[in-house]
Amino acid sequence: MKIIVCVKQVPDTSGKVAVNPDGTLNRASMAAITNPDDLNAVEAALTLKEQTGAEVVIVSMGPPPAEAMLREILARGADRAVLVSGREFGGSDTYATSQILAAAINKIGVEDDDIVMCGRQAIDGDTAQVGPQIAEKLGLPQVSYAADIKKEGDTLTIKRMLEDGYMTIKVKTPCLITCIKELNVPRYMSVGGIFECYSKPYEVFDYNTLKDDPLIDPATIGLKGSPTNILTSFTPPQKGAGMMLEGADKETCEKLAGILAAKHMI
Amino acid sequence: MSTFNSADIAAFNGGVWVFCEQRQGTMMPTSFELISEGRKLADELGTKLYGILLGHNIEGIAKELGGYGADGVYVCDHPLLENYTTDGYTKVICDVVAEYKPEMMLIGATNIGRDLGPRCAARLHTGLCADCTHLDVDMGIYKDFLREASTLAPEKIDGLNTAMVLGEKHDVSRDLKMTRPAFGGHLMASIICPRFRPAMATVRPGVMKKAPFDQAKADACEIIKPNFSLTEDDMDTQVVEVVKAAKKLVDLIGADVVVSVGRGISKDVEGGIKLAEELAEVLGGVVGGSRATIDSGWLSADHQVGQTGKTVHPKIYVALGISGAIQHKAGMQDSECIIAVNKNETAPIFEIADYGICGDLFKVTPMLIEAIKAAKAAK
Repeated sequence: MKIIVCVKQVPDTSGKVAVNPDGTLNRASMAAITNPDDLNAVEAALTLKEQTGAEVVIVSMGPPPAEAMLREILARGADRAVLVSGREFGGSDTYATSQILAAAINKIGVEDDDIVMCGRQAIDGDTAQVGPQIAEKLGLPQVSYAADIKKEGDTLTIKRMLEDGYMTIKVKTPCLITCIKELNVPRYMSVGGIFECYSKPYEVFDYNTLKDDPLIDPATIGLKGSPTNILTSFTPPQKGAGMMLEGADKETCEKLAGILAAKHMI
Repeated sequence: MSTFNSADIAAFNGGVWVFCEQRQGTMMPTSFELISEGRKLADELGTKLYGILLGHNIEGIAKELGGYGADGVYVCDHPLLENYTTDGYTKVICDVVAEYKPEMMLIGATNIGRDLGPRCAARLHTGLCADCTHLDVDMGIYKDFLREASTLAPEKIDGLNTAMVLGEKHDVSRDLKMTRPAFGGHLMASIICPRFRPAMATVRPGVMKKAPFDQAKADACEIIKPNFSLTEDDMDTQVVEVVKAAKKLVDLIGADVVVSVGRGISKDVEGGIKLAEELAEVLGGVVGGSRATIDSGWLSADHQVGQTGKTVHPKIYVALGISGAIQHKAGMQDSECIIAVNKNETAPIFEIADYGICGDLFKVTPMLIEAIKAAKAAK
């Protein structure tokens, strides 16, 4: 049994974010982190590994420096890592990205008792699309927004969160699950893990590695293979500052209440 | 199945479609919002607007969609569609789309819509833009939106008529311009799907305004029952149970007034929330919170306002002890009147507040409650 976990290195958007004059993001100014939801997927895989002895394979598409992130996850306890990297893959939207990752997962091989896991969404794009699109391209059933996963034999029982409650869903392996932060608390790297992470298997899949997969063709990946295009990107204007009221006492509050009353807002 | 670099776009002339999500026979509010928005888009295109409704024994709730602007509703009724499943819903929607060929399709960006949308787009081989907050077809209206909502230079906006697509100039005037925040709200992007149909968007709940209901239009709404096949063999997942949250969730999106708390309540969390509840009660609103209050476990996730939470535009938004990180602003900056109370006079929340009070929320809020009570009593 294998658990294949898709992870992404993202700019940390919770800190200071710099935007270039041309409206693109100044990535150099931001720290690169592992996408938070993906760490929940890694943790879920490592938990299942402890229960079943499964092998945990992590796969990421990105530029060569993403190796650092993959080594970190190996240090958390994953068994091997695959970086999907190549000039041909650049400019891919979620559709093209899912084609490439699905081809990489095919190369790793999905067997009957395997599970593919993803984070719900990445904090740079917030699309939540790549997981379900990989599932479609692999022809696997999907369960998204997983907050609890139990495995008995080849059947998984998953608590799938909704805005107003949850569903309990049963699905058989092989399948794809997207994970949310309610699922678990990701573990840290262990000292032993840090020692081992550079001796664990690490592979790079480039265009040539994947080109024989029917999903991969120059017209199906990168900018050419992306059904969506960016028409324009921009920064929103700051709303003009309003009125700072003087003081912070009873009089100030009465003045504010008076304004709201005069504007018929209360 | 489309070939990779183009679809027969002209064949997709079946109008604008809205996936109308229902749960346990009750229409989700976002379905009415998207029908209202879809009506505008259909009018700009000069085409018809249809809802597509899946479920079991749901025909009775279909016509109401007409009251918000739908010309017709494709009703797909089947026992296997009673509960949402990715497999069942994707199969039926993709089959019906392939037959009737809509030009565009909108889906509410709920937990279900964001599961369904990408699966359908991948099967139909078309583009999907996630969690949109603004949609346009008409170029004049789109440019007016950019003039107001962006910092782009006027001449850049004026010249925005084509896009380079596969090395050629493509006229974008009939494309759906799908605008959405990215990078936690730091950037906005307008996305198009020039080569494939239907152009698909999931749309953030609460952002599009619901049109006034028109009973005559509801009565005139056409019900269409498309052919589709669905059997147990199509189902790879099984819904064992659907559980509603035990406690009533806060309706942030529908509220006229939202009083939100942030990290500033940390010295007395219970006291801070109690003050917010009191102020919300006086103003006739509900309590929300910044991401910090949800991550710390002070409030449940349904209270979260912001990029990863809910987008609200109430008449009055009160921010108590919220610094105003961009993720939070993204969820509330379109409120009609923003009132901020914060100890730190350089807090970014004051940059967008209509009225700011620099002070301790634990001291200011009780006085504000009394002052508002007095002002209301004096009316």
